[in-house]
Amino acid sequence: MQSKISVQNLSLTYSDGVESLHEINVEVIANAVNVFFGPAGGGKSSLLRAFNRLNDLADVRHLSGEIWFNGKNILEPDTDVIELRRKIGMVFSRPVPLPLTLWENVAYGLLLMGEKRKNRLDEAVEKALRLAALWDEVKDRLNDPASAISGGQQQRLCLARVLALEPEVILLDEPTSALDPVSTAKIEYSLLELKEQYTIVLVPHNVQQAARVADYAAFFLQGRLVEYGIGKQLFVSPKVKETEDYVTGRFG
Amino acid sequence: MNLPEYSRKMRQVEVLGINLLRLITLLTAVPVIGIIVFILIRGLPAISWEFLTQMPRDGMRAGGILPAIIGTVYLTLGTAIFSVPLGVAAGIYLAEYASDNATTRLIRIAIINLAGIPSVVYGLFGLGLFVLFLRLGTSILAASLTLSIMTLPVIISTTEEALRSVPNAFRVVSTSLGGTRWQTTWRITLPQAMPGVITGIILGLERAAGETAPILFTGAAFFLPRLPASPMDATMALPYHIFVISTSVPGMPLQIQYGTVLVLLVFVLGMNLLATLIRNRARARRQW
Ligand SMILES: Nc1ncnc2c1ncn2[C@@H]1O[C@H](COP(=O)(O)OP(=O)(O)O)[C@@H](O)[C@H]1O
Ligand SMILES: [Mg+2]
Repeated sequence: MQSKISVQNLSLTYSDGVESLHEINVEVIANAVNVFFGPAGGGKSSLLRAFNRLNDLADVRHLSGEIWFNGKNILEPDTDVIELRRKIGMVFSRPVPLPLTLWENVAYGLLLMGEKRKNRLDEAVEKALRLAALWDEVKDRLNDPASAISGGQQQRLCLARVLALEPEVILLDEPTSALDPVSTAKIEYSLLELKEQYTIVLVPHNVQQAARVADYAAFFLQGRLVEYGIGKQLFVSPKVKETEDYVTGRFG
Repeated sequence: MNLPEYSRKMRQVEVLGINLLRLITLLTAVPVIGIIVFILIRGLPAISWEFLTQMPRDGMRAGGILPAIIGTVYLTLGTAIFSVPLGVAAGIYLAEYASDNATTRLIRIAIINLAGIPSVVYGLFGLGLFVLFLRLGTSILAASLTLSIMTLPVIISTTEEALRSVPNAFRVVSTSLGGTRWQTTWRITLPQAMPGVITGIILGLERAAGETAPILFTGAAFFLPRLPASPMDATMALPYHIFVISTSVPGMPLQIQYGTVLVLLVFVLGMNLLATLIRNRARARRQW
């Protein structure tokens, strides 16, 4: 097992003055599904948004610590955030298709990079849609507005949109929280396939999902990392009482 | 008083209230409709091909009003050339780039106040700055610049408003896919805001087209025997022409006055209608 992202002493406070992440130390393991779970408000989304520097858009008052990725601390001000975001893609909890066609949605990242060759784009779009298990359903309507497909399809479109950039890491923040069980199963299945090639960080939308897919799991509670370990072990025999309470549903 | 009786009373009061509001709303529409109908009735007989395409004759007491129509078109286009790029750019800056600090708040307050300044003040300001100081003379250019300053706040604030109404999730997603702020604005936010932006532009220009005071000292001519040939020429214009023929020409046929008013009204209401159509079409097609 090889570490892809290494978080060291990361603390983050938004402008409201509440510390949302406190001294976090965690490793994201390459070619595995890394699950960050825990009750709402634990800081999971904040940590994910730190990985691709999307927190730059938020009102962050204090940020300290280090996030090492490909031999660089990406929190350094000289980081090329555009490049970083192409390498670390993100899928959000609510599917947000851009107000463009299906094709344009998937090609969006490449179009931003200045890729104009139609055949290259077509190839990339097809490859990404196949990886996201959506190609067969939409191949005849790529020029339709992306809002015309179902919510479950939209979320797979969002995954395809990230895959088209061939990133190294894919962050998924409760990607199935708005989806039906069938669409949820499809996404989970994709993740298990994708981890051969990519590093996955998943915030699951419940403990069951966490237990189903986790190779490594980290339990977050109110901005602190409570427990971190190999998925199977952590869910079967948690070491910390809070983790056990949460995993067994006795929490709160 | 028992409960059913009480709620029946309340319902009666509510019905009464709603009908009262309905009546008041209708009453406010009466003057507008009245003006339009009155002007249509009085003005329509004056409208003819000659009226729209001929120069005035007999000291403007006969013939057409072509130079005033052309002049208003020129002034509106001239205003658009300056105020649209500047106004849209400033709106984009305020909505997408400016951080919320004291300076931007000051700018916003200035823009709001700019919109409240009486138009005659713009006229005098234009006279001082463009006509005299910059030596542009009484010209289409000076009048267009003056009207632009008056139109700018409308375009800036509607552009900003339209951009702000685009869901933030689009910006976040675009950014997460490696989009710069400019790419996000250009590819997603601005196209989505475009109907609102265009509506603002048209409403701003519509006001410019109908104003008299700002062009009075800066570019409007009482009477010109020929059409303006360059932006440095003065021009006749519909609003000022109406003022002239209704106050300063003895023996002016009433019909021509009403006809001219009707033409201006159609011009301005036509722009308004266009704005409404664009907005409704965009609303129907919007995906969020
Ligand atoms: N953009 C933001 N601005 C201010 N506070 C935020 C922002 N995002 C999250 N927070 C706060 O940070 C804490 C952690 O939130 P979050 O990272 O969303 O946790 P989780 O994803 O585990 O639910 C919460 O208290 C939340 O209110
Ligand atoms: Mg969250």
